[in-house]
Amino acid sequence: MSFKTDYKGVAGLGSAKDGTGHWVSQRLTAVALIPLAALFIYPFSIALGSGYGAVQAIYSDPFNALVAIGFFIVAFRHLRLGLQVVIEDYVHSSRALTISLITNALVWRGFAVAGAFAVAKIALGA
Amino acid sequence: MADTGQSNRPLSPHLQVYRYQMNSAMSIFHRFTGVGMALTGILLVWWFLAAATSPEYFAFVDGILTSWVGLLVMLISLLGFWYHFLNGVRHLRWDAVKGLGVGESLRSGWYVLVLSVVLSALTVYLVY
Repeated sequence: MSFKTDYKGVAGLGSAKDGTGHWVSQRLTAVALIPLAALFIYPFSIALGSGYGAVQAIYSDPFNALVAIGFFIVAFRHLRLGLQVVIEDYVHSSRALTISLITNALVWRGFAVAGAFAVAKIALGA
Repeated sequence: MADTGQSNRPLSPHLQVYRYQMNSAMSIFHRFTGVGMALTGILLVWWFLAAATSPEYFAFVDGILTSWVGLLVMLISLLGFWYHFLNGVRHLRWDAVKGLGVGESLRSGWYVLVLSVVLSALTVYLVY
């Protein structure tokens, strides 16, 4: 007979103690995206399919460029936080969970940087 | 400690006997549109990188996004975008403990569904 208590099996496996920060950030980014997304969607919809020159002109405007850069940074953070919860909900194998969480944490930061860089390059006319 | 071994008893929530209702369906659709917009985000960054690269490469990527299939993806994304936007505001109101009554939560659900179509149509109308 083992005298180990059940506590032994669960010690250290409880709360990760950072859920509140995730929850708050998901909502702060949501609030920030209300103006950013609303201001991004119109010039982008105009620019799509309007030709190379028109796109350069639209995103040479500092306001459109700053909105687009802000949108990419905040939206990809919001997306990363949201997809993290989806992964945590549906991926159950420990190995697949670790791999997909790390991938998720890296990939969307990469897309945020790439998007912001692309807009900045257009805006600065290089 | 209670026996946590396998049992034949159903797990809660009993999804297979759960009556479908607007708020649960819209919550699922909120997550679905969020995941879907990951693809749209990838396409947008690709398009912006192309515009920052060269006129030739931009013509190639812009051609894909404004092709028959590309525009369909963009239109579905637009509907998903406005749905997620409006339903997100609805969720933020709920987080602020506002509009949680049965009647008002169903009403705000209808507002979201109708307005997401209206705003999508308005966006397309303003562009063309």
